[in-house]
Amino acid sequence: MIDIIVMVLFGIGLFSFFSTTVGILRFPDFYSRMHAAGKGDVFSSVAMLLGLVVYHFHHPSLDGVLVAVKILMISLFIFLASPTATHAIISAGFNSGVVPWSRQKQEEGQQ
Amino acid sequence: MHKLYSFLVLFSFWMLLSGKFDAFHLTLGVFSSLLVAFLSADLLFHDRGKSDSRRWRELRRFIAYLPWLGKEIVLSTVHVTYLALHPRMRELIEPQVMRFKTRITSEIGQVVFANSITLTPGTITIQEEGGEFIVHALNRKFADGLPGEMEERLLRVFGDEEQANG
Amino acid sequence: MDNFFIVGGVVLLVLMLLTLYRAIIGPTAIDRLMAVNVIGTKTTVLLIIIGMLFNWVDMFVDIALAYALLNFIVTIATSRYFQHHKNLSPIGFGIRHRKEGARK
Repeated sequence: MIDIIVMVLFGIGLFSFFSTTVGILRFPDFYSRMHAAGKGDVFSSVAMLLGLVVYHFHHPSLDGVLVAVKILMISLFIFLASPTATHAIISAGFNSGVVPWSRQKQEEGQQ
Repeated sequence: MHKLYSFLVLFSFWMLLSGKFDAFHLTLGVFSSLLVAFLSADLLFHDRGKSDSRRWRELRRFIAYLPWLGKEIVLSTVHVTYLALHPRMRELIEPQVMRFKTRITSEIGQVVFANSITLTPGTITIQEEGGEFIVHALNRKFADGLPGEMEERLLRVFGDEEQANG
Repeated sequence: MDNFFIVGGVVLLVLMLLTLYRAIIGPTAIDRLMAVNVIGTKTTVLLIIIGMLFNWVDMFVDIALAYALLNFIVTIATSRYFQHHKNLSPIGFGIRHRKEGARK
Protein backbone atom coordinates (compact mmCIF):
# COMPACT_ATOMS: atom_id res chain seq x y z
CA MET A 1 0.00 0.00 0.00
CA ILE A 2 2.72 2.43 1.05
CA ASP A 3 4.75 1.42 -2.00
CA ILE A 4 1.88 2.32 -4.31
CA ILE A 5 1.51 5.78 -2.72
CA VAL A 6 5.26 6.35 -3.05
CA MET A 7 5.22 5.28 -6.70
CA VAL A 8 2.23 7.49 -7.54
CA LEU A 9 3.74 10.58 -5.86
CA PHE A 10 7.10 9.93 -7.50
CA GLY A 11 5.48 9.42 -10.88
CA ILE A 12 3.54 12.69 -10.56
CA GLY A 13 6.75 14.50 -9.62
CA LEU A 14 8.72 13.01 -12.51
CA PHE A 15 5.98 13.80 -15.01
CA SER A 16 5.66 17.42 -13.90
CA PHE A 17 9.44 17.76 -13.99
CA PHE A 18 9.34 16.37 -17.53
CA SER A 19 6.80 19.01 -18.57
CA THR A 20 8.86 21.67 -16.80
CA THR A 21 11.89 20.62 -18.83
CA VAL A 22 9.91 20.65 -22.06
CA GLY A 23 8.57 24.07 -21.12
CA ILE A 24 12.04 25.41 -20.40
CA LEU A 25 13.24 24.16 -23.76
CA ARG A 26 10.21 25.22 -25.84
CA PHE A 27 8.86 28.53 -24.55
CA PRO A 28 9.73 31.48 -26.75
CA ASP A 29 11.26 33.99 -24.33
CA PHE A 30 12.89 34.38 -20.95
CA TYR A 31 9.77 35.42 -19.04
CA SER A 32 7.56 32.53 -20.15
CA ARG A 33 10.41 30.11 -19.48
CA MET A 34 10.44 31.44 -15.94
CA HIS A 35 6.74 30.50 -15.71
CA ALA A 36 7.61 26.88 -16.40
CA ALA A 37 10.69 26.91 -14.18
CA GLY A 38 9.06 28.61 -11.22
CA LYS A 39 5.87 26.58 -11.01
CA GLY A 40 6.77 23.11 -12.17
CA ASP A 41 9.94 23.16 -10.12
CA VAL A 42 8.18 23.68 -6.78
CA PHE A 43 5.45 21.17 -7.45
CA SER A 44 7.65 18.38 -8.80
CA SER A 45 10.24 18.71 -6.03
CA VAL A 46 7.62 18.76 -3.29
CA ALA A 47 5.76 15.78 -4.78
CA MET A 48 8.93 13.69 -5.00
CA LEU A 49 10.05 14.67 -1.51
CA LEU A 50 6.62 13.79 -0.10
CA GLY A 51 6.94 10.40 -1.77
CA LEU A 52 10.28 9.92 -0.02
CA VAL A 53 8.70 10.95 3.31
CA VAL A 54 5.90 8.41 2.91
CA TYR A 55 8.50 5.70 2.17
CA HIS A 56 9.89 6.17 5.69
CA PHE A 57 6.60 5.03 7.24
CA HIS A 58 7.56 1.45 6.37
CA HIS A 59 9.50 0.83 9.58
CA PRO A 60 8.73 3.60 12.06
CA SER A 61 11.65 4.26 14.40
CA LEU A 62 13.17 7.36 15.96
CA ASP A 63 15.78 7.68 13.22
CA GLY A 64 13.20 7.18 10.50
CA VAL A 65 10.95 9.87 11.96
CA LEU A 66 13.88 12.29 12.25
CA VAL A 67 14.83 11.71 8.60
CA ALA A 68 11.20 12.13 7.52
CA VAL A 69 10.89 15.42 9.41
CA LYS A 70 14.17 16.62 7.88
CA ILE A 71 12.91 15.83 4.38
CA LEU A 72 9.73 17.74 5.25
CA MET A 73 11.91 20.69 6.30
CA ILE A 74 13.69 20.55 2.94
CA SER A 75 10.40 20.57 1.05
CA LEU A 76 9.16 23.47 3.19
CA PHE A 77 12.37 25.35 2.42
CA ILE A 78 12.02 24.69 -1.31
CA PHE A 79 8.40 25.82 -1.09
CA LEU A 80 9.53 29.14 0.43
CA ALA A 81 12.79 29.67 -1.44
CA SER A 82 11.99 28.68 -5.00
CA PRO A 83 9.46 31.48 -5.68
CA THR A 84 11.89 33.93 -4.09
CA ALA A 85 14.72 32.75 -6.34
CA THR A 86 12.41 32.96 -9.37
CA HIS A 87 11.50 36.48 -8.33
CA ALA A 88 15.19 37.46 -7.99
CA ILE A 89 16.12 36.08 -11.42
CA ILE A 90 13.16 37.62 -13.25
CA SER A 91 13.73 40.96 -11.53
CA ALA A 92 17.36 40.92 -12.68
CA GLY A 93 16.18 40.25 -16.22
CA PHE A 94 13.56 43.00 -16.07
CA ASN A 95 16.02 45.58 -14.75
CA SER A 96 18.54 44.66 -17.44
CA GLY A 97 15.92 45.43 -20.07
CA VAL A 98 15.09 42.02 -21.51
CA VAL A 99 12.14 42.64 -23.85
CA PRO A 100 9.12 40.32 -23.42
CA TRP A 101 8.20 38.24 -26.45
CA SER A 102 4.90 39.02 -28.12
CA ARG A 103 3.24 37.60 -31.20
CA GLN A 104 2.88 40.96 -32.96
CA LYS A 105 6.57 41.69 -32.71
CA GLN A 106 7.45 38.28 -34.07
CA GLU A 107 5.10 38.70 -37.04
CA GLU A 108 6.54 42.15 -37.76
CA GLY A 109 10.00 40.69 -37.62
CA GLN A 110 9.13 38.05 -40.19
CA GLN A 111 7.74 40.52 -42.73
CA MET B 1 9.45 38.01 24.74
CA HIS B 2 10.51 37.64 21.12
CA LYS B 3 13.90 36.43 22.34
CA LEU B 4 12.21 33.58 24.19
CA TYR B 5 10.27 32.64 21.06
CA SER B 6 13.42 32.64 18.91
CA PHE B 7 15.20 30.56 21.55
CA LEU B 8 12.43 27.96 21.44
CA VAL B 9 12.40 27.84 17.64
CA LEU B 10 16.19 27.60 17.42
CA PHE B 11 16.43 24.94 20.12
CA SER B 12 13.78 22.71 18.55
CA PHE B 13 15.65 23.09 15.27
CA TRP B 14 18.88 22.06 17.01
CA MET B 15 17.27 18.93 18.46
CA LEU B 16 15.83 18.04 15.08
CA LEU B 17 19.12 18.41 13.23
CA SER B 18 21.42 16.80 15.78
CA GLY B 19 19.21 13.80 16.56
CA LYS B 20 21.16 13.12 19.77
CA PHE B 21 19.41 13.56 23.10
CA ASP B 22 22.21 13.06 25.66
CA ALA B 23 23.16 15.72 28.20
CA PHE B 24 26.29 16.93 26.42
CA HIS B 25 24.63 17.72 23.10
CA LEU B 26 21.58 19.26 24.77
CA THR B 27 23.79 21.58 26.86
CA LEU B 28 25.69 22.66 23.76
CA GLY B 29 22.37 23.30 22.06
CA VAL B 30 21.03 25.40 24.91
CA PHE B 31 24.16 27.57 24.95
CA SER B 32 24.37 28.15 21.21
CA SER B 33 20.62 28.77 20.88
CA LEU B 34 20.80 31.29 23.74
CA LEU B 35 23.72 33.07 22.08
CA VAL B 36 22.05 33.26 18.68
CA ALA B 37 18.69 34.26 20.17
CA PHE B 38 20.36 37.01 22.19
CA LEU B 39 22.32 38.36 19.21
CA SER B 40 19.87 38.14 16.34
CA ALA B 41 16.30 37.72 17.56
CA ASP B 42 15.34 40.74 15.45
CA LEU B 43 15.86 38.71 12.28
CA LEU B 44 13.22 36.14 13.14
CA PHE B 45 10.64 38.53 14.60
CA HIS B 46 11.04 41.65 12.57
CA ASP B 47 8.01 43.66 13.64
CA ARG B 48 8.39 43.96 17.42
CA GLY B 49 5.37 46.14 18.05
CA LYS B 50 2.93 43.41 17.14
CA SER B 51 0.99 41.84 20.01
CA ASP B 52 1.15 38.12 20.72
CA SER B 53 -2.53 37.49 20.07
CA ARG B 54 -2.18 39.16 16.68
CA ARG B 55 0.80 36.92 15.83
CA TRP B 56 -1.09 33.77 16.75
CA ARG B 57 -4.14 34.88 14.80
CA GLU B 58 -2.02 35.53 11.71
CA LEU B 59 -0.30 32.17 12.04
CA ARG B 60 -3.60 30.33 12.46
CA ARG B 61 -5.21 32.05 9.49
CA PHE B 62 -2.10 31.59 7.37
CA ILE B 63 -2.24 27.83 7.97
CA ALA B 64 -5.92 27.92 6.99
CA TYR B 65 -4.84 29.73 3.79
CA LEU B 66 -2.35 27.02 2.79
CA PRO B 67 -4.78 24.36 1.40
CA TRP B 68 -6.19 26.89 -1.06
CA LEU B 69 -2.64 27.78 -2.13
CA GLY B 70 -1.85 24.08 -2.59
CA LYS B 71 -4.85 23.68 -4.86
CA GLU B 72 -3.67 26.67 -6.91
CA ILE B 73 -0.16 25.19 -7.22
CA VAL B 74 -1.59 21.93 -8.59
CA LEU B 75 -3.76 23.90 -11.04
CA SER B 76 -0.80 26.00 -12.19
CA THR B 77 1.35 22.92 -12.75
CA VAL B 78 -1.44 21.37 -14.83
CA HIS B 79 -1.69 24.61 -16.80
CA VAL B 80 2.07 24.77 -17.44
CA THR B 81 2.03 21.09 -18.45
CA TYR B 82 -0.82 21.73 -20.89
CA LEU B 83 0.97 24.73 -22.42
CA ALA B 84 4.37 23.07 -22.63
CA LEU B 85 3.09 19.92 -24.31
CA HIS B 86 0.67 21.70 -26.66
CA PRO B 87 1.97 21.47 -30.24
CA ARG B 88 0.87 25.01 -31.20
CA MET B 89 1.83 26.65 -27.92
CA ARG B 90 2.82 29.99 -29.43
CA GLU B 91 -0.73 30.66 -30.59
CA LEU B 92 -2.12 30.10 -27.11
CA ILE B 93 -0.01 32.52 -25.13
CA GLU B 94 -0.09 36.28 -25.28
CA PRO B 95 2.41 37.55 -22.70
CA GLN B 96 1.92 40.94 -21.17
CA VAL B 97 3.34 43.02 -18.34
CA MET B 98 0.90 44.81 -16.07
CA ARG B 99 1.03 47.00 -12.95
CA PHE B 100 -1.36 47.35 -10.05
CA LYS B 101 -1.44 48.63 -6.50
CA THR B 102 -2.36 46.33 -3.63
CA ARG B 103 -4.34 47.15 -0.50
CA ILE B 104 -2.20 44.89 1.69
CA THR B 105 -0.13 47.14 3.93
CA SER B 106 2.04 44.88 6.09
CA GLU B 107 5.43 43.86 4.70
CA ILE B 108 5.09 40.15 5.38
CA GLY B 109 1.67 40.21 3.74
CA GLN B 110 3.16 41.73 0.59
CA VAL B 111 5.91 39.11 0.52
CA VAL B 112 3.37 36.29 0.83
CA PHE B 113 1.24 37.94 -1.83
CA ALA B 114 4.17 38.18 -4.26
CA ASN B 115 5.09 34.53 -3.72
CA SER B 116 1.45 33.46 -4.10
CA ILE B 117 1.17 35.33 -7.40
CA THR B 118 4.22 33.45 -8.62
CA LEU B 119 2.69 30.12 -7.63
CA THR B 120 -0.77 30.63 -9.14
CA PRO B 121 -1.48 29.78 -12.80
CA GLY B 122 -0.36 32.09 -15.55
CA THR B 123 1.11 34.94 -13.51
CA ILE B 124 4.55 35.73 -12.09
CA THR B 125 5.75 38.66 -10.00
CA ILE B 126 8.56 40.72 -11.50
CA GLN B 127 8.92 43.53 -8.97
CA GLU B 128 7.30 44.85 -5.85
CA GLU B 129 7.96 48.36 -4.62
CA GLY B 130 5.96 49.90 -1.79
CA GLY B 131 2.72 48.11 -2.58
CA GLU B 132 2.99 48.48 -6.37
CA PHE B 133 3.35 45.19 -8.20
CA ILE B 134 4.70 44.56 -11.70
CA VAL B 135 3.34 41.23 -12.92
CA HIS B 136 4.05 39.22 -16.05
CA ALA B 137 1.01 37.27 -17.23
CA LEU B 138 0.89 34.60 -19.92
CA ASN B 139 -2.60 35.47 -21.03
CA ARG B 140 -5.12 38.31 -20.94
CA LYS B 141 -7.49 36.14 -18.94
CA PHE B 142 -5.00 35.72 -16.10
CA ALA B 143 -3.99 39.37 -16.22
CA ASP B 144 -7.60 40.40 -15.65
CA GLY B 145 -7.90 37.96 -12.75
CA LEU B 146 -5.51 39.99 -10.59
CA PRO B 147 -5.62 41.09 -7.83
CA GLY B 148 -8.96 39.35 -7.30
CA GLU B 149 -9.68 36.51 -4.94
CA MET B 150 -6.17 36.03 -3.59
CA GLU B 151 -5.92 39.60 -2.30
CA GLU B 152 -9.25 39.20 -0.49
CA ARG B 153 -8.01 36.02 1.19
CA LEU B 154 -4.69 37.58 2.18
CA LEU B 155 -6.43 40.68 3.54
CA ARG B 156 -8.35 38.36 5.79
CA VAL B 157 -5.05 36.84 6.97
CA PHE B 158 -2.79 39.86 7.38
CA GLY B 159 -5.07 42.87 7.27
CA ASP B 160 -6.66 44.70 10.17
CA GLU B 161 -10.13 43.58 11.17
CA GLU B 162 -11.95 46.68 9.96
CA GLN B 163 -10.05 46.66 6.67
CA ALA B 164 -11.07 43.09 5.94
CA ASN B 165 -14.70 43.80 6.64
CA GLY B 166 -14.85 47.06 4.72
CA MET C 1 11.56 -0.91 -4.22
CA ASP C 2 15.28 -0.24 -4.68
CA ASN C 3 14.91 -0.89 -8.40
CA PHE C 4 12.14 1.66 -8.56
CA PHE C 5 14.37 4.28 -6.93
CA ILE C 6 17.22 3.45 -9.33
CA VAL C 7 14.94 3.89 -12.34
CA GLY C 8 13.47 7.08 -10.89
CA GLY C 9 16.92 8.51 -10.23
CA VAL C 10 18.10 7.72 -13.75
CA VAL C 11 15.00 9.35 -15.28
CA LEU C 12 15.57 12.39 -13.06
CA LEU C 13 19.20 12.52 -14.23
CA VAL C 14 18.22 12.35 -17.91
CA LEU C 15 15.70 15.18 -17.43
CA MET C 16 18.38 17.23 -15.66
CA LEU C 17 20.65 16.69 -18.67
CA LEU C 18 17.86 18.01 -20.91
CA THR C 19 17.63 21.10 -18.71
CA LEU C 20 21.39 21.45 -19.00
CA TYR C 21 20.87 21.91 -22.75
CA ARG C 22 19.10 25.21 -22.00
CA ALA C 23 21.98 26.19 -19.72
CA ILE C 24 24.41 25.58 -22.59
CA ILE C 25 22.59 27.30 -25.46
CA GLY C 26 21.52 30.31 -23.39
CA PRO C 27 20.87 32.72 -25.13
CA THR C 28 21.25 35.15 -22.20
CA ALA C 29 23.08 34.77 -18.92
CA ILE C 30 19.89 34.71 -16.84
CA ASP C 31 18.48 31.88 -18.96
CA ARG C 32 21.48 29.84 -17.91
CA LEU C 33 21.03 30.92 -14.31
CA MET C 34 17.41 29.77 -14.37
CA ALA C 35 18.33 26.35 -15.76
CA VAL C 36 21.09 25.97 -13.16
CA ASN C 37 18.63 26.86 -10.40
CA VAL C 38 16.20 24.16 -11.55
CA ILE C 39 19.01 21.61 -11.76
CA GLY C 40 20.14 22.53 -8.25
CA THR C 41 16.67 22.02 -6.80
CA LYS C 42 16.45 18.61 -8.41
CA THR C 43 19.94 17.70 -7.16
CA THR C 44 18.52 17.98 -3.64
CA VAL C 45 15.97 15.27 -4.48
CA LEU C 46 18.62 13.18 -6.22
CA LEU C 47 20.90 13.32 -3.16
CA ILE C 48 18.16 11.87 -0.95
CA ILE C 49 17.53 9.10 -3.50
CA ILE C 50 21.26 8.29 -3.50
CA GLY C 51 21.13 8.15 0.30
CA MET C 52 18.23 5.67 0.12
CA LEU C 53 20.12 3.43 -2.28
CA PHE C 54 23.20 3.41 -0.03
CA ASN C 55 21.04 2.86 3.12
CA TRP C 56 22.61 5.95 4.62
CA VAL C 57 19.78 8.48 4.46
CA ASP C 58 20.47 10.11 7.83
CA MET C 59 23.77 11.48 6.52
CA PHE C 60 22.71 12.32 2.97
CA VAL C 61 19.64 14.22 4.14
CA ASP C 62 21.90 16.71 5.94
CA ILE C 63 23.97 17.12 2.78
CA ALA C 64 20.76 17.67 0.80
CA LEU C 65 19.58 20.32 3.27
CA ALA C 66 22.90 22.17 3.05
CA TYR C 67 22.82 21.86 -0.74
CA ALA C 68 19.33 23.38 -0.90
CA LEU C 69 20.43 26.34 1.23
CA LEU C 70 23.59 26.83 -0.82
CA ASN C 71 21.70 26.63 -4.11
CA PHE C 72 19.31 29.35 -2.96
CA ILE C 73 22.18 31.62 -1.88
CA VAL C 74 24.02 31.09 -5.19
CA THR C 75 20.90 32.00 -7.17
CA ILE C 76 20.23 35.13 -5.12
CA ALA C 77 23.87 36.29 -5.30
CA THR C 78 24.22 35.70 -9.04
CA SER C 79 20.95 37.42 -9.90
CA ARG C 80 22.03 40.36 -7.72
CA TYR C 81 25.21 40.48 -9.77
CA PHE C 82 23.32 40.59 -13.07
CA GLN C 83 20.89 43.25 -11.84
CA HIS C 84 21.16 46.32 -14.14
CA HIS C 85 23.61 44.49 -16.39
CA LYS C 86 22.85 46.11 -19.71
CA ASN C 87 24.33 43.42 -21.91
CA LEU C 88 23.20 39.93 -21.00
CA SER C 89 23.73 38.11 -24.28
CA PRO C 90 27.12 36.40 -24.66
CA ILE C 91 28.15 38.44 -27.71
CA GLY C 92 27.98 41.55 -25.60
CA PHE C 93 30.63 40.77 -23.04
CA GLY C 94 33.75 42.66 -23.93
CA ILE C 95 33.02 43.04 -27.62
CA ARG C 96 30.49 45.81 -27.09
CA HIS C 97 33.01 48.45 -26.09
CA ARG C 98 35.12 47.91 -29.17
CA LYS C 99 32.21 47.98 -31.60
CA GLU C 100 30.41 50.91 -29.99
CA GLY C 101 31.67 53.44 -32.50
CA ALA C 102 31.54 51.11 -35.48
CA ARG C 103 27.83 50.38 -35.02
CA LYS C 104 26.86 54.00 -35.72
